[in-house]
Amino acid sequence: MQDFTPLSGAIGGALIGLAAALLLALNGRIAGISGIVGGLLSPRTGDVLWRVLFVAGLVLGALLVRLCTGAPLAAPVELSTLTLVLGGVLVGFGTRLGSGCTSGHGICGLARLSPRSAVAVPVFMASAMLTVFLLRHVPGAGQ
Amino acid sequence: MNFASLAVGLVFGLGLAISGMLNPAKVLGFLDIAGAWDPTLAVVMAAGLGVNAIAYRLTMRRATPVLAAAFQVPARRDIDARLLLGSALFGVGWGLAGICPGPALASLGTGAWEGGGAFEPRILVFVAAMLGGMGLFALFEKSGSAARR
Repeated sequence: MQDFTPLSGAIGGALIGLAAALLLALNGRIAGISGIVGGLLSPRTGDVLWRVLFVAGLVLGALLVRLCTGAPLAAPVELSTLTLVLGGVLVGFGTRLGSGCTSGHGICGLARLSPRSAVAVPVFMASAMLTVFLLRHVPGAGQ
Repeated sequence: MNFASLAVGLVFGLGLAISGMLNPAKVLGFLDIAGAWDPTLAVVMAAGLGVNAIAYRLTMRRATPVLAAAFQVPARRDIDARLLLGSALFGVGWGLAGICPGPALASLGTGAWEGGGAFEPRILVFVAAMLGGMGLFALFEKSGSAARR
């Protein structure tokens, strides 16, 4: 429990919730990152720029915190290239097939009491926890 | 509308960075319930969900969004195989790397500079693979709708 950071977690989480609320109130869109990015891969006229700018804002926001604090926000990525590639492909394909990720189903769908999100969130949480359990606690499973 | 989405994306990125969720080690620490469990992700989710759930109810009293013609909110309520399989596959990828789509993209503003200021290109590998996975889905969708025609 030594790594538990509830205060910064609550402040950061509230800002994420505020962003999701603002995107709906202003633009009428759901702040699901996989949906916003996925829409760029099957682009429709007039539906591209807001997505690109949202992602640009996402990168800028993180960069701003990095510049203000001066401290790295993450330990150097120690994952193997195979893990990064396999993980990335599964995250990309899975979130599109399942119509959402942590933000779209988690922050937005659950807030709307969507029955699809109420199923999706426990499924991806359980699947991720099982994956970590196998990799970290079952000898030989990670090979 | 477009400027608003830049500003909103920025707030989302600030939130992700402040919350600690750009650090895969913290995400994996939450997912590792049998290890030294780090509940931070649950706090982030609860705070985000709480703020958004209240705001959603207030926003939906309006007939239209402030800057657009109509709300584009998913209307589907059915639980299908795609939802289950997709979520399960996403979970496996998330558990492998500790990175989901928002943090993957936001980390382009930070992760690339980790490791003592040296350029750390490995987050690019994840983002490229993720976009590849999404592209694969777009192709799969296209061929599926072509087959149905």
